[in-house]
Amino acid sequence: MRRFSYSRPTEVSEALAEAGGEDVRFLAGGTNLVDLMKENVERPQHLVDITRLPLDRIEEIQSGLKIGALVLNSDLAHDPKVENRYPLLSLALLNGASPQLRNSATTGGNLLQRTRCYYFYDVATACNKRDPGAGCQAIGGLTRLHAILGASPHCIATHPSDMCVAMAALDAVVHVESATGTRTIPFEDFHRLPGDTPQRDTTLEPGELVTAVELPATRFDRHYTYLKLRDRQSYAFALVSVAAAMRLEDGVMTDVRLALGGVAHKPWRDRDAEALLSGKAPERALFSKAAEAILADAQGQGANDFKIELARRAIVRGLDQAARGTPQSVTDKRIA
Amino acid sequence: MFRHPQTTPKGVETDDAIRVQLSVNGEPLDLDLPPWTSLLDLLRHRLALTGTKKGCDHGQCGACTVLVDGRRINSCLKLAVSLDGAEVTTIEGMAGEGGALHPLQDAFVRHDGFQCGYCTPGQICSAQGLLNEGHAQSREEIKELMSGNICRCGAYPNILDAIEDVLNDRVSEPRMPE
Repeated sequence: MRRFSYSRPTEVSEALAEAGGEDVRFLAGGTNLVDLMKENVERPQHLVDITRLPLDRIEEIQSGLKIGALVLNSDLAHDPKVENRYPLLSLALLNGASPQLRNSATTGGNLLQRTRCYYFYDVATACNKRDPGAGCQAIGGLTRLHAILGASPHCIATHPSDMCVAMAALDAVVHVESATGTRTIPFEDFHRLPGDTPQRDTTLEPGELVTAVELPATRFDRHYTYLKLRDRQSYAFALVSVAAAMRLEDGVMTDVRLALGGVAHKPWRDRDAEALLSGKAPERALFSKAAEAILADAQGQGANDFKIELARRAIVRGLDQAARGTPQSVTDKRIA
Repeated sequence: MFRHPQTTPKGVETDDAIRVQLSVNGEPLDLDLPPWTSLLDLLRHRLALTGTKKGCDHGQCGACTVLVDGRRINSCLKLAVSLDGAEVTTIEGMAGEGGALHPLQDAFVRHDGFQCGYCTPGQICSAQGLLNEGHAQSREEIKELMSGNICRCGAYPNILDAIEDVLNDRVSEPRMPE
C-alpha cells in the first residue's frame, strides 16, 4: 500500500475542512477503500478517518427514521425499528457480505462502495472508471457480473450493494454536508448511470460528506421480499437481486415498489412498471408483463446474457413472494 | 506475551508514525504505527502473534478474523490506527488459565473441525463472535452466519458440529466464559 498521511477529527466541521482535495478520502469501515488501496486502485495522499464523528445513531424524526452514516451494517440490520418497519432493509443487509464485513462496513460506506468489476480492480487492464479515456476491457471480456441495463459503450460495471437496492425501493433520501452547507439527494438521484463519465459513481460533489440516510415513515412490514440470486448461496455478490414491497388492500396492490440489484450501474427502479402493477390484483401473468416492460431494453454482453432471463424470473418470483407475504429466508436457501 | 522490539520499519520516517493505544489479549500497548499498517500486519509482524492468518488479505476468506471490542472483523481490512482505544482478542487470547482450551477450541478438537488448520484461528474467533452476537439458534443459522470463513479442506460439517455443540451447551449453561 502506498503511503499517506492520516487524521482523525471528532467534529464534522473539522472533517469537512480537510475534504475536497482530489487526493483526500474519508475513511469509515475501510472494507472497500482499504482493499482498493492495497490494489493501487485508490491512491489517496491523505485519509480523514471519520469513525469518531457523531454520526453513529439511528434517530426517530418526524418524517421517518434517520440513519447516521456511521451506523454499522450489522447494527442497522438488527435495529428493532428497522426490523419492524422496514424488514426489507434488514433482509437486504443480511444478504450482503459476511458477518465480519457487516461489523465493519457503515451505511455511508456501503452507499459509496465501488463496483467489483474485475477490470476495475486489475490495474493492468484498461478501465474508464479507474482511468478515464483508457477504454473498457470488460466489454468483450469476462462479463458474468456485468450490467444488462443502462450500460454505456464506456462502462458495463454494476453497483454491488444489496443495502442500496432496498433503500432505492424504500424511497430513501441521502443527507450530505460540505463546508458550504447541507443538502438532501433523493436515492434514485444519488447513484448514476455510467454514460461517458463512468469515473463518477454518484452525484456527490467533491468535499461533500454523506452524514445520514433518511427513510420515509411509510412502513412496509407485511408484503415485501429481498430475493438475491448468486453463484454461491452465501457471501457472494448478486447476479440478480430483487427488492419488492407493496401494500395490498381488498386484493388490490397499491404503492408497489420494485428495485433490482446486480443488473446496472445503480439500483434499478422502474416507476412505469410499478404504475403498471398498481391498482391491480396480484397475478403471475401481470408480474410477467411488468418484468417484460422492465427488461425491454436489456442487453447482454454474451457471458451475462443469462441474466436477462434470470432477472425476468426473479422479478416474477419476487413480486409473488411480496404479494403472498412470504419473504425469502436468509437461511433457508430454497426459493419458495 | 512475546513481542518483537518496537523497531521502525525500514525507510519509514518517524514523523509518519502515529501513537496508538490498544489492548491486545488483555495487555495494554502503546504503539507508534505508520497509518498504512493493517491490524493483521500489526498482529503478525510487530507483535509476533502469528496465530491470526493472512489468507487472501482482501476480506474474502476470513482467516484473519479477530474480535475487536467483542465483535468479529476481518483484521486485513482494518487500519490499526483507526482502532485507537480498542480491545483486540486473537486466537492467542482465547485459551484460559494455564493454557486450558477455550470451549470452542476443545469442541474443534473433539469434532475434528479442521484438516490443515490454516483457517482454524479465524473460524474459532468468528464462532466466538457469532456466539456474542446471539443471532444463531439453529444449525442452518450457524451455517449462514459462518459463511465469511472459508475452509479449503472442506471441514465444514465438523466445524458446524463443533460450533453447534458449544452453542447448545451455552444455551443450557449461560455462565460459559466468553
